[in-house]
Amino acid sequence: MKPFTYERTATPVEAAGAAARTPGASFIAGGTNLLDLMKLQIEAPAHLIDVNGVGLDRIEPAGDGGLRIGALVRNTDLAADKRVRRDYAVLSRALLAGASGQLRNKATTAGNLLQRTRCPYFYDTNQPCNKRRPGSGCAAIGGFSRQLGVIGVSEACIATHPSDMAVAMRLLDATVETVKPDGTTRAIPIADFHRLPGNTPHIETALEAGELITAVTLPKPPGGRHIYRKVRDRASYAFALVSVAAVIQRDGSGRVALGGVAHKPWRVEAAEAELPRGAKAVAAGLLAGARPTRDNAFKLPLAERTIAAAIDEARA
Amino acid sequence: MKFETPAGANPIDRGKVVGRPLDRIDGKLKTTGTAPYAYERHDVIPNQAYGHVVGAAIAKGRIVAIDLAEAKAAPGVLAIVTAGNAGKLGKGQMNTARLIAGPEVEHYHQAVALVVAETFEQARAAAHLVRVDYARTKGAFDLAAAKGAATMPKGDEDSLVGDFAGAFAAAPVQFDAEYRTPDESHAMMEPHASIAAWEGDRLTLWTSNQMINWGKGDVARNLGIAPENVRLDSPYIGGGFGGKLFVRADAVLAALGAKAAGRPVKVALARPMMANNTTHRPATIQRIRIGATKDGRITAIGHESWSGDLPGGGPETAVQQTRLLYAGANRMTRLRLAVLDLPEANAMRAPGEAPGLMALEVAIDEMAEKLGMDPIEFRILNDTQVDPEKPERPFSQRQLVACLRQGAERFGWGRRNATPGAVRDGRWLVGMGVAAGFRNNLLQKSAARVRLENDGRVTVETDMTDIGTGTYTIIAQTAAEMMGVDIGRVVVKLGDSDFPVSAGSGGQWGANNATAGVYAACVKLREAVAQKLGFNADADFADGRVTSGNRSVPLADAARDGPIAAEDLIEYGDLHRKYQQSTFASHFVEVGVDRFTGETRVRRMLAVCAAGRILNPKSARSQVIGAMTMGVGAALMEELAVDKRFGFFVNHDLAGYEVPVHADIPHQEVIFLDEVDPISSPMKAKGVGELGLCGVGAAIANAIYNATGVRVRDYPVTLDKLIAGMPLSV
Repeated sequence: MKPFTYERTATPVEAAGAAARTPGASFIAGGTNLLDLMKLQIEAPAHLIDVNGVGLDRIEPAGDGGLRIGALVRNTDLAADKRVRRDYAVLSRALLAGASGQLRNKATTAGNLLQRTRCPYFYDTNQPCNKRRPGSGCAAIGGFSRQLGVIGVSEACIATHPSDMAVAMRLLDATVETVKPDGTTRAIPIADFHRLPGNTPHIETALEAGELITAVTLPKPPGGRHIYRKVRDRASYAFALVSVAAVIQRDGSGRVALGGVAHKPWRVEAAEAELPRGAKAVAAGLLAGARPTRDNAFKLPLAERTIAAAIDEARA
Repeated sequence: MKFETPAGANPIDRGKVVGRPLDRIDGKLKTTGTAPYAYERHDVIPNQAYGHVVGAAIAKGRIVAIDLAEAKAAPGVLAIVTAGNAGKLGKGQMNTARLIAGPEVEHYHQAVALVVAETFEQARAAAHLVRVDYARTKGAFDLAAAKGAATMPKGDEDSLVGDFAGAFAAAPVQFDAEYRTPDESHAMMEPHASIAAWEGDRLTLWTSNQMINWGKGDVARNLGIAPENVRLDSPYIGGGFGGKLFVRADAVLAALGAKAAGRPVKVALARPMMANNTTHRPATIQRIRIGATKDGRITAIGHESWSGDLPGGGPETAVQQTRLLYAGANRMTRLRLAVLDLPEANAMRAPGEAPGLMALEVAIDEMAEKLGMDPIEFRILNDTQVDPEKPERPFSQRQLVACLRQGAERFGWGRRNATPGAVRDGRWLVGMGVAAGFRNNLLQKSAARVRLENDGRVTVETDMTDIGTGTYTIIAQTAAEMMGVDIGRVVVKLGDSDFPVSAGSGGQWGANNATAGVYAACVKLREAVAQKLGFNADADFADGRVTSGNRSVPLADAARDGPIAAEDLIEYGDLHRKYQQSTFASHFVEVGVDRFTGETRVRRMLAVCAAGRILNPKSARSQVIGAMTMGVGAALMEELAVDKRFGFFVNHDLAGYEVPVHADIPHQEVIFLDEVDPISSPMKAKGVGELGLCGVGAAIANAIYNATGVRVRDYPVTLDKLIAGMPLSV
């Protein structure tokens, strides 16, 4: 860990301003990912801006019958919120499928969206990684890639986004609200929030320098059966090989998003029209153009089978 | 005491303390955080500085240059140790690769440097500033590719009995299959850690090590100093599983760092270094051939195993159990060792049998199916009460059949549907599997010193270690039984190289040998006490008193003029030549496999063990359920993933190398059969710490086959290997 300076800020705009003023600054909230990365010197911010004191810790009704989740709401609190459990159960289930109780107590909504990949080559500073050291190459391509991406991958990076929560939010058409250093705000549809790796895998989101997430807003509840199926080698405390978030209506229509397959939560709205025809058709639409490796080609049939499990669960 | 003839009746048979399910005497210290582990021994010496290890970034090659300038100038840095500035270094007898690289690099994360600083954070930060230029050379990293050039390892000759090839060719029913087991990591909770301090030429290492005397010798060899100038102290160990049988880089670098910095230095290996810097259980490729008559009698059995290691290393002895487990007149086993430039392969809990049974006991299941037999009946039909290679050698005890029969009844084996894929429970395909467990009983010399204190307490001192197994408690039980005192009156001191040399902890030999050493010392102490109090040798020691005929004296009276001490060791004659000593188990498992995703979840587990006298059923049970848990890991998830281009284990932390979590472990039941084995030692005990693992993986794989009809011969049995064979009909 490199030495760094530290400050606490009292408001979101102050925090964004501080970030703009200080080169090499990072925000810190729960720190469950950032501190690990700093210890391994994968990230080495010169300055930390602690945002834990800026508020943003409430869950409140949003204008159109939706829900506004403050950026600093802890994962545990979000998963346990009555409104979330009743109206957005897929989000609650996704949260509880992730990490451990201790981590969820610390981890925040915004921090969860901003998690870095768990690609093992990203974590080993002896290895080239375009995400960690832009231009150094990708050791994962041609290496051990069982856990890594199968779609939306590039020649520069095949990493996946590790979040479960983000998959459910993508399914729910969430909007990410931010504030910029100059005090202006914007609302980014979650579909546009995470980027594909392309040639710049180190740029992972649409956030600009100093821009701070203030909330995630969910539109009005979608109804239907809410399902989150996370598939992994052990029963708990592991990242998804594949996960499926689904909301399925009584008439068989619905939405499906995948985790564990791409650099961002993966959803193709057009593929959802195939839901009444079954998992095979949905998976074909979702994963058209997939470029798996030999290690992770199993994720394609696994995704289809997990969608089938979700459809089966919705029927039960 | 030389143990040359089978044990007769002795005070241990009273079973007042030994054999009772007593709580661990160190349990309170462990659960209150007051048992200090190596890295936490802040009180043993003041002014401890911190060392952080830099690991090699290549698997094989040479260090061209190291630039330390920036690191040396970093805040708080006191010293930096490299092979270039450490003086002449030797190599430990137990180490295959050197512990410090330079100029040659033998494996990934081999230690290149130790940065010593005032604080841990400063040492770690400065370690990132050490600049190393490497010249990479080509290495061999792929066992399957290197297998063809593998050779017979020294000391592991082929075993050949009868005419295996002819009998197999002539057998009416033949089975021939290849199995693979992956590289595995010990992944114990406590990393390797040491604090080193010099006093003139004398070095003290507060460390975490299973084998104190081996460690003392190898620290001396690594540093080129006299062993009498080395003291190791390792009273509490946070797990080892074989990973701490040998001195590793933390100890040697702490010593060198302390010398360079002129003050005590502590070093722990960071978790991401443990997979590649230390040892691991090597991968195997195994071929098993079984020939049998139509009614299921084995006529030919052959087991070959290939594994790899660095030059000068050894094989994984995965064929070991096949020489002894089943009858059959024509037999062949063969080990082949390839040179691989991966990190050093070495012992991990039940070396040999753990991966060997993962293959053999699936092969037995497959052969039983081929024969149309129940797999338990097939095993029982081919049971042997003698060493099948040397029929004049009987087993000292062999209750495998009883383990299988009792287990079958207890587990409800009769309810198993032998047709694979036939049982459904909602989304789960349900199956049952069984395997035999087998592990040899190994004999090692072991010494102890016991002392009757003025107040009547009994102190035991031995360099034996407790790696979480319960050694403290069974040693206290042994001394309490022998001296006739309450267990609360016994003080046990372990892990210090100044104490008498014990068997140490490894190969499940610790319990039997170390307590036998304490028994021997107690026999001497009883003689001294009896003499002091004017009794004959036949005096009875019980309830804190020494009694003979009508005369009875408090034990403490013997030490009124000062403590009485006695020291002895147990050593063994040739009973192990006349008798084969082994431990046996049956493992039963029920699994559910998700019919959609192929995820396997274990539902129930049962182990029935026959392993001599069980010294403490509570701590023995803990050993067995811990081992069964490790078996779940081996069967379902544990694999060090090899990068065959760059030659290292990629998933080198506990996020990437998955071991079972609580949610993976269902109800576990353990039954110990009544058994005393007078051939093994005066304790009539054997070991269970590895037996609990041996066979578990195969029982799980067999249960998965029963559930799904998919036979996976390549561990771990992960869902990607299952779903291709599980057509989904929605």
